[in-house]
Amino acid sequence: MKTENQRAWLLVLPVLVLVAFNALIPMMTVVNYSVQETFGDNLFFWQGLDWYEQILRSERFHAALGRQFLFTGLILVIEVPLGIAIALSMPRQGLWVPVCLVLMALPMLIPWNVVGAMWNIFTLPDIGLLGYFLNHTLGINYDMTQDPLAAWITIVTMDVWHWTSLVVLLAYAGLVSIPDAYYQAAKIDGASNWAVFRFIQLPKMKTVLTIAILLRFMDSFNIYTEPFVLTGGGPGNSTTLLSIDLVKMALGQFDLGPAAAMSLIYFAITLGVSWLFYTLMTKDDLN
Amino acid sequence: MAKITLSKLRHSYYPDPKTPEDYALKMIDLDWNDGGAYALLGPSGCGKSTLLNIISGLLVPSEGRILFDERDVTELAPTERNIAQVFQFPVIYDTMSVRNNLAFPLRNRGVDEATVARRVAEIAEMLEVTDILDRKAAALSPDNKQKVSMGRGLVRDDVNVVMFDEPLTVIDPHLKWKLRSKLKELHQRVRATMIYVTHDQTEALTFADQVVVMQDGEIVQIGTPVDLFERPAHTFVGHFIGSPGMNILPCETQNGAAMFRGQQIALEGDIVPGEGKRTEIGVRPEFVTLAESGVEAVVRKVSDVGRHIVVETVIGEDRVAAIVKENAPAMGETVHLNFRPDRTRLYRDGWLATTAGEAAQ
Repeated sequence: MKTENQRAWLLVLPVLVLVAFNALIPMMTVVNYSVQETFGDNLFFWQGLDWYEQILRSERFHAALGRQFLFTGLILVIEVPLGIAIALSMPRQGLWVPVCLVLMALPMLIPWNVVGAMWNIFTLPDIGLLGYFLNHTLGINYDMTQDPLAAWITIVTMDVWHWTSLVVLLAYAGLVSIPDAYYQAAKIDGASNWAVFRFIQLPKMKTVLTIAILLRFMDSFNIYTEPFVLTGGGPGNSTTLLSIDLVKMALGQFDLGPAAAMSLIYFAITLGVSWLFYTLMTKDDLN
Repeated sequence: MAKITLSKLRHSYYPDPKTPEDYALKMIDLDWNDGGAYALLGPSGCGKSTLLNIISGLLVPSEGRILFDERDVTELAPTERNIAQVFQFPVIYDTMSVRNNLAFPLRNRGVDEATVARRVAEIAEMLEVTDILDRKAAALSPDNKQKVSMGRGLVRDDVNVVMFDEPLTVIDPHLKWKLRSKLKELHQRVRATMIYVTHDQTEALTFADQVVVMQDGEIVQIGTPVDLFERPAHTFVGHFIGSPGMNILPCETQNGAAMFRGQQIALEGDIVPGEGKRTEIGVRPEFVTLAESGVEAVVRKVSDVGRHIVVETVIGEDRVAAIVKENAPAMGETVHLNFRPDRTRLYRDGWLATTAGEAAQ
């Protein structure tokens, strides 16, 4: 006879509590805000889907979303090929391996707000090393507090500096797992360097690259601290990415309802694009 | 196709080798004839893979030369040597179809598509992979993957030599036998020089016309499977080949006769004169019989392996195995062993030191 032991539920309880406080309750609070209007004092008025409609129709949201996709697109296009190229040129054995790995990992160990502050000071026209060099030695007018293009170049460069290492380390892990026999066989088959990359290295790196692209997409799509410290979204709104805009709306203007609706839309977009990436990149494996 | 000559080859993985132990290959002088089926047999770490990589050009030897038909190729890269190699683990290009995998070595060499299609079809038919030509190579079973990597080696009809580096290691036992006979058949059809590296005596003996046995970076014997079995040139060969291996018994020589524990043992022929630290008698279990009289031994273990019965006995500290068809003695029983004289040889410091008797001729 089967014994029913309901006490086993107790074992699941800690996880349930954790997940509830970690995700479910905060998330439901946001959902709650997104369909109501409040003027403080815990007074709420039912608003339905009005906030969602307002956000989806707002030009401000469209502009921020466009900037967000531009930023993420740029850093993916730069970081992924650059990361692969660096991983390919790293030594596979010997004394230099740990040296390279540590050097690569360093940028990732620096706290995000410090990275933002570092690059802010670094590019200041009059006292920053890079800013001074560009403005006073080369005579290029480079001031990210005035010029949107300079601001964009700076945040993209900063992200590339900060996060290319992640792609490098993952790609490198994929590369070192390729047995020597593959390279030897390719030599004997008369394969060119390009063919070795195309038919051996790239396919063997595919799994880790999928992970790298997903991580970089999600992190860069949700990026807040570094551009906030670096440019604060300026000059004007030129580097106001989605998360910066969201914080402005929620904490600056205290528009909790629209901000809640916006964060749920934001979340849905992140989830949707991640799903799309993953499906496209693993499509071949399923056949 | 070519005759391959290895001349005074030595190799060390150390930059500055001093003692003979520093050498992975001590001194190799060897000819591989055009169109031959060779096996390179030896235990792990004997230097056979090193030798193979030197022939294929993946390694440049510390000393010595490699000639393909009298042409020195010692410094040439693998591509320039025009050889093929099949590795222990199947190497296939995951993203390509089986057809493109087979065509890859030809296309890299700029062969025209009509010839590529013809050669791929021929090889696929030989390897019985025609029906999976359009499947993606990544999805194949290990034995089919290994067939594809063999196919890439055989698809070029102008290769000087095809080398197999323990190609059946990852194949299931019941498929090993099939692939092994397939290889033999392929050799007979394409007539390319083939070198098969293995530590498995069955694989070596079934595939090869000539077996090269290596130990500690040296060649100890080259011969047909029958030679190696019947007249091992070294106790290592006797021990390594055969199941169980040859019995090796320490002995003394007195007046041209071998004495084992005070008893004279009849040998195949005369003892070659010479000095040595250690003399031993070698006789295969197949030629040890249980008799009414002879060397006294105690049965330690009896194992029925199906085809025959292996009787393991001890004489003092020395162990002697005998193979009998039936009527095996019981454990602990005292038996008398006879060694068939024409199959009983003397080894001095490991090397054969008797002349072949008339019976063996």
